[in-house]
This record gives sequence, C-alpha cells and structure tokens, in this order.
Amino acid sequence: MSDLESFRAEIRAWIEANCPEEMRRPVQDEGDICWGGRNFVFKSEAQKQWMEVCAAKGYTVPDWPVAYGGAGMDPAQAKIWREEMARAGARPPLSSFGIWMLGPALLKFGTEEQKVHYLGQVARGEIRWCQGYSEPGSGSDLVSLQTFGEDKGDHWVVNGQKIWTSYADKADWIFCLVRTDKANTYQGISFLLFDMTTPGVTTKPIKLISGSSPFCETFFDNVEVPKSQIVGQLNRGWDVAKYLLGHEREMISGAGGGEQTSTIGKVLTRNGLDDPMLRAELAQFDIDALSFAAMGEKFLDEIKVGKAHPAQPNMMKYAGTELNKRRHELLMAAGGSTALEWDSAETRGGAPARSWLRTKANSIEGGTSEVMLNVVAKRILELPGA
Amino acid sequence: MALYYTEDQAMLADSVTGFMADEGGIKKQLRHWRDTNCKDGFGHGLWKQFAEMGLTGMLAAEADGGLAMGHVEAGIVLAEIGRNLTPSPFLTTAVMGVTALSEASDELRGRWLPGVIAGETVLAMAIDEGAKHRPDKIACRAERAGNGFRLTGAKGFVIHGTSADALIVAARTSGSDSDADGVTLFAVPKDAAGIGHTAVRLVDSAMASHVRFDGVELDGSSVIGEVDGGRAVLNKVLSAGRIGAAAEQTGVGSGAFAMTTTYLKTRKQFGKLIGEFQALQHRAAHLYSELEIAEAVVIKAQQLLDGGSERAELMVSVAKAKAARACNLAVREGVQMHGGVGMTDEYDIGLYMKRERALTEFMGDANYHAERVAQLSGY
Ligand SMILES: Cc1cc2nc3c(=O)[nH]c(=O)nc-3n(C[C@H](O)[C@H](O)[C@H](O)COP(=O)(O)OP(=O)(O)OC[C@H]3O[C@@H](n4cnc5c(N)ncnc54)[C@H](O)[C@@H]3O)c2cc1C
Ligand SMILES: Cc1cc2nc3c(=O)[nH]c(=O)nc-3n(C[C@H](O)[C@H](O)[C@H](O)COP(=O)(O)OP(=O)(O)OC[C@H]3O[C@@H](n4cnc5c(N)ncnc54)[C@H](O)[C@@H]3O)c2cc1C
Repeated sequence: MSDLESFRAEIRAWIEANCPEEMRRPVQDEGDICWGGRNFVFKSEAQKQWMEVCAAKGYTVPDWPVAYGGAGMDPAQAKIWREEMARAGARPPLSSFGIWMLGPALLKFGTEEQKVHYLGQVARGEIRWCQGYSEPGSGSDLVSLQTFGEDKGDHWVVNGQKIWTSYADKADWIFCLVRTDKANTYQGISFLLFDMTTPGVTTKPIKLISGSSPFCETFFDNVEVPKSQIVGQLNRGWDVAKYLLGHEREMISGAGGGEQTSTIGKVLTRNGLDDPMLRAELAQFDIDALSFAAMGEKFLDEIKVGKAHPAQPNMMKYAGTELNKRRHELLMAAGGSTALEWDSAETRGGAPARSWLRTKANSIEGGTSEVMLNVVAKRILELPGA
Repeated sequence: MALYYTEDQAMLADSVTGFMADEGGIKKQLRHWRDTNCKDGFGHGLWKQFAEMGLTGMLAAEADGGLAMGHVEAGIVLAEIGRNLTPSPFLTTAVMGVTALSEASDELRGRWLPGVIAGETVLAMAIDEGAKHRPDKIACRAERAGNGFRLTGAKGFVIHGTSADALIVAARTSGSDSDADGVTLFAVPKDAAGIGHTAVRLVDSAMASHVRFDGVELDGSSVIGEVDGGRAVLNKVLSAGRIGAAAEQTGVGSGAFAMTTTYLKTRKQFGKLIGEFQALQHRAAHLYSELEIAEAVVIKAQQLLDGGSERAELMVSVAKAKAARACNLAVREGVQMHGGVGMTDEYDIGLYMKRERALTEFMGDANYHAERVAQLSGY
C-alpha cells in the first residue's frame, strides 16, 4: 500500500468510527450548520460531539499547520480527506467565516502571535467571525469605503457604518475594513480585528426576501481598537482584503463540491413528472453541474500547487453561483405549486421557495457576477481599459 | 489523481504543441489541402511524421509495438489538432481504430497495427447509417456464408472513408435493427469486392464517404472480437471517439478564443480598442469560463476512462456535450466579434466555425449526449 492509500484507509476508518450517524444525513436547513462561537446553541449532542472530536484532531481545518489548530495535511492528503468525507456523506464539523476567509488571510498576513491566538480559536470553534466590508455607499466599489479609524496613539477610534454584515448579531468578532488615511484611496485602508462586544458596536438585523434575517446593519460609535489588532501593515489593508476575497469567492463558488455541483435530474422521477421539456432542461443542467464539479476539483488541485491563475476564484464564483441559481429555478419548476407553499409542514416551512430566494444572493454577496466578469476580463484575459 | 498533467504528460504536451505549431498549422495543412482540392483532404506526409513522433501508436499495447498510453495523452494530441484545425486521420485511426483492433485476434492486429504505427495505414469508422448519430440502431447486415460472412447495407459519415486502407464496420449478424446484441465488428480491407463509395466534401473540408456494401465477402478472420458480441467493443470505440472529439473541440474552442481576444486587443472603433467595451468584455469572460469548465470535464472523463471507472461512460457523455456547447459558443462569438472580416474566407475564424460544426455532429451532438446523461442517471 502506498502512503496515500494507507492514509486513505486511516481516514476512512476514523470517520467511520467517529462520525455520528446523525451527522451523515444531508444538511436540511440553517440549523443543521455548525457555526461555533461563544453563543452558539448546538442543535443536538451529535453536532457538538462531531465538532469536538474533529477539532481535537485538527480536522476542522485539515490543511492548516498543526501549530495553529490544523492537521497539517498536504494537498494530496487534504483531497483524500474531502473525498472520504463526501463518501461517508459526513457534514462539515464546523463552518465559519473564520475558516473560509479570515484564516487564509491570517496565515498569509498575520504575525506569529496572531496566528497562534486567533487561528486556534477558529479551529476549535470558540470564536465566530463576521465580515465588515460593505457600506451603504460602497458595495461593488468597495474601495470607496468611509468608515474611519482615528489614530489615538496606542489605539484607533472607529466611527461609521457597515451594511449586509452577515450574522453580525451572532458573531463574536469582526474583521473590518477601516479607512485610516483619507488622502489615499487604495493605500488608505487598514484591516482591523475587534470584539463585537466592544462599547460602541451595535447591530440591527435586516430581513431578506427569503424571510430570514441573517444579516445586519452594523454601527460603530467611537469604538476603540488597540493597535495590536491590525492585520498586515497600516494603510495596506486592501491587500489583505483582496486576498481574503479570493478565498471567499472560492467558498461561495462551491468548488469543494457543495450542493451547486450535485445533479438534480432525479427529481423528475421522484415527483412522478412526465414533462419532456423539463427533463431536457434538467439533463442540460446536470451536464453543467457535473462539468463544474470537475472544474472545482481541478481548480482546487491547481490552486494548491500554484498552477491556477490567481484571479481564477473570480471565474469560479461567477460560474458556480450562476449555476446554483439555475439549479433552484429548476427545482422550483419541478416542485410546481407545492414549492410555492411558504410555511406548510410538507415543505418543511417553505424550504424550496426560501432556498430558491436565498440563492439569488449568491451572485451578489462576495462580489457580483458583473464584477467577477470585469475582473476576469482585466486580470485573466488582459483586455484593455477594463 | 490530480486533475492536471503529470510531468510526463506535460512534456508530451510541450513537444506536441511545438511540433503542431510548426507542422500542423492552418496555412500549411488545412488551407493547403483544401485549396489544392486534395482527394483525401489531409496530408500523408504529416501522418508519417506523427509516426516518427510516436503518436500513431500511443494507444496500442506495447506487445503490438505501441506505447500503451491513455486517453489523456491522446487528448493532448487531439487538442493540438483542434487548435490548428489540422486535417488528420489520427482520431479515426490511432484512437478509434486502434481501440477496436486492440480487441481483435493476433492475426488481425498483426495485419493492421504495424501499418498504423508506421504512419502508412489509415482506418475509417463505418458506424452511423443516417444523418444523425444513432449507434443503437444498426441495420447493415452481415449474413453467414460458408466459413465467412456476406456484408450488405450502407453507412454514412465515414470520415476518411475513401482514403482508408480498412473500414471498421459495425454490422448486424443477428436480431433486429435496434437490438443491443447481435452486432459484430469487422475490419474490411478497402479492396474487398463489392464496396462502393460516394465521396463527399464536408463543410470543414474533410473528406467523408457514403459507403455501400453490396454482398461483400468476408472471411471469419476479419471479425473483431466475438460474433454477435460486438456491442461491447463498439461501446469502447464510441467512448474513445467521443472523448477524443471532445478533446479536439476544446482545442478548436481555445484556438478560436485566442484569435478573438487578440482581435479585441487590436481592432479600434469609436476611437477605442473594441476590447474596452464592457459588452464584449463580459461575453469574453463568460466564454473563458465555459471553455475552462469544458477542459476540466474533458480531462476528468479521460482519467476516468483510463482508470476503467464505472462512471466513465456517463462522464464521457457529459464531456462531449459540454465541450460541444462551449466550443460552439467560442466560434459563434469569435465570428461575431470579428465583425465583417469574420465572414471572410481570408480570416481563419470562420474555419474554426466549420470544424466545430463537424466535430459536434461526430459521435453524437450535445442533445444526443444530454439524452444519454438522463438515461444513464435513471430519469
Ligand atoms: C446575502 C448577502 C450577504 C452578504 N454578506 C456580507 C457580509 O457578510 N459582509 C459584507 O461586507 N458584505 C456582505 N454582503 C454585501 C455584498 O458584498 C454586496 O451586496 C455586493 O458587493 C454588491 O454591492 P451592492 O449591494 O452595494 O450593489 P451595487 O454595487 O450597488 O451593484 C448594483 C448592480 O450594479 C452592478 N454593477 C456595479 N458596478 C458595476 C460595474 N463596474 N460594472 C458592471 N456592473 C456593475 C452590480 O453587479 C449590481 O448588479 C452581502 C450581500 C448579500 C446579498
Ligand atoms: C456579408 C456582408 C455584407 C455587407 N454589405 C455591406 C454593404 O453593402 N455596404 C456597406 O457599406 N457595408 C457592408 N457591410 C459591412 C457591415 O456594415 C460592417 O461589417 C458592420 O457595420 C460592422 O463593422 P466592422 O465589420 O468594421 O466591425 P467592427 O465595427 O470592427 O466590430 C467588431 C466587433 O466589435 C463590436 N463593437 C464595435 N463597436 C462596439 C461598441 N461600441 N460596443 C460594443 N461592441 C462594439 C461589433 O459589434 C463587432 O462584434 C457588409 C458586411 C457583411 C459581413
């Protein structure tokens, strides 16, 4: 047996022995996702247990270094981990902005002290993070952001407003873009970390078209942030922000084999539909979904060894989110009038319609599809003036 | 296995890319043979060079003098054939023909493979009978006669049919037209009595043939595999042809795309490079994304096929359909973004459009494969 084969056998046996039965059922709704954090209420004992056994082995963040709470897997091993998790149908033990976004940014830009401190908390599911980028006047044109941090010697005093801050009301800490130099657009932003319980931080939930309120307006009123809580250099936060966005886009794209990439044609037989036109559309969709799954696999393989174009996450995000929107359009069509029910027991509280509406945000959050196409045109295709 | 080339494959790709850019280019091959009205539609000299490069025997077993490589490697060659629009018997001979003969007796392999590997022999596939790819239906009949068979019927869309030294023919030896069983594959030499050809030039300047078999006498040794059990071999040949055509299409698509982005960076209108217009930028970026995805699923399917995976058949159809759609978009956008000059024979972009159309039809178009995906997935 090669090293990788025995590694696979070891991982397979470990998942078999440690993943509770309940954690092998597909995620049905928001409550099934384990976000961690100070105030997180576990849905079940199994959910808590699965997070904890994984955290103890570094498996919540398998490819992070052991010193920062990971399992130190190399790309080939991490791929095997993903494959074996998928094979077992095991749910991610922990999902969080800390894992997907802040973690990679800290690994690249953080000080050793920051890495040990913050990454360990993320890996163990102790601290839940939110992302303070967008502002009312600065969405796609993020760099125009106005939230200001005034230099007070050993700390900044931050004033301003963020918007669309996902889970701001549930998060423990925020990674936040703050202007620290009004004279410089790109080189006048710093990347700050602070506790959401700091005096002066308030949040106000916003209700989405899907009926839920996962995101907020976030207000900063004379919030004091110690200087040690900056990531990267003063006024160079844009570099950190962009690097983090690459990882956010990778995550939203579903490249790792999220629901985006799974096929849906079988819904036709399950719903007993005799609809040749829908069948044809479903088959076309499944072709695109299976193709995108291959793309996701290739992208992850390549990015781990530096073969992918650095702007490729933008392409992935564009393609993955447009695919996911199409997926839910088709699921609504296959569901017919049943899928219109908003709170019936049969639809588990209108899950199909709510999911369908939620997916419309996929091509907005983390950078819109139009912005993704702009970036691809400029950075990958090198088209003029883009 | 990672979804990118191994070191050996990357080296092969490097040498094939360089070689094809020098020798397989549009001016040197496609336009030359087209404009001189070549009866075969391709150059035998290049086929010989393929042999010298070791490409003709890529898929043949080492015992047969081949290199025992796989579909990833064959796809590397096909992508370059696509990018350069090179007319070549590589797909029908070195990919499909060799796949068929690999299942044949020592005698048949000994008769045909050395010539293929030496770049002297060309093989053509006689599978389809109508204007659309419908290999489930085979009406062409081979009746038992003495120790052999007598072949009667017609085949269409036989690419390189008139220049081939042998035709690989799927014929019915028992049952009715649409039965899965009862199909037998034959290697029919070109000089067998009773073969009639009507040569036709296709839109991409390839030469194809409508072949008639009028009581062609074949001895038992021309059977590939088992009598009545040819479907299994045929399926392998079809998979090889489909993934090969898909690989070629990714090459056609990326060749057309490269021409188009170059044009966007050079053509000026309204005092600007047309590549500055966001309307074109977004379409180009979308197209890039489609082509990347098509390339990914093609290599995925090639690897699955080489690894003997049970998912290979499904993924080959996914790849053929996806590559067809992406490549089709590339050539349509290519011609459109070239404006008026895209409509001229002088510009190569139109040649890409022609090849794309032919490749899409070859071994099943996107709708055919979508239907297969639905069936193989159980809906
Ligand atoms: C569900 C959800 C969760 C989110 N979570 C967070 C979060 O946690 N933290 C956070 O900071 N932000 C978050 N966001 C905000 C998100 O990043 C922004 O909504 C997004 O960047 C778009 O900004 P905007 O809403 O201001 O739209 P605008 O920028 O005003 O865009 C409006 C339209 O114009 C188009 N457009 C804009 N510029 C161009 C251009 N140059 N070329 C072509 N078209 C253009 C856009 O594509 C869009 O279609 C979230 C958003 C959603 C929907
Ligand atoms: C078969 C044929 C017959 C013709 N007959 C005649 C005739 O009889 N008389 C005559 O005078 N002309 C004729 N034409 C010329 C025709 O009108 C031009 O080809 C056409 O106006 C486009 O101009 P162009 O070819 O220079 O393309 P370009 O203007 O160079 O366009 C190239 C590409 O850039 C795009 N583009 C250009 N500007 C923009 C922009 N601002 N925003 C977004 N995209 C842009 C175009 O849509 C196109 O896709 C004919 C053309 C053809 C193909």
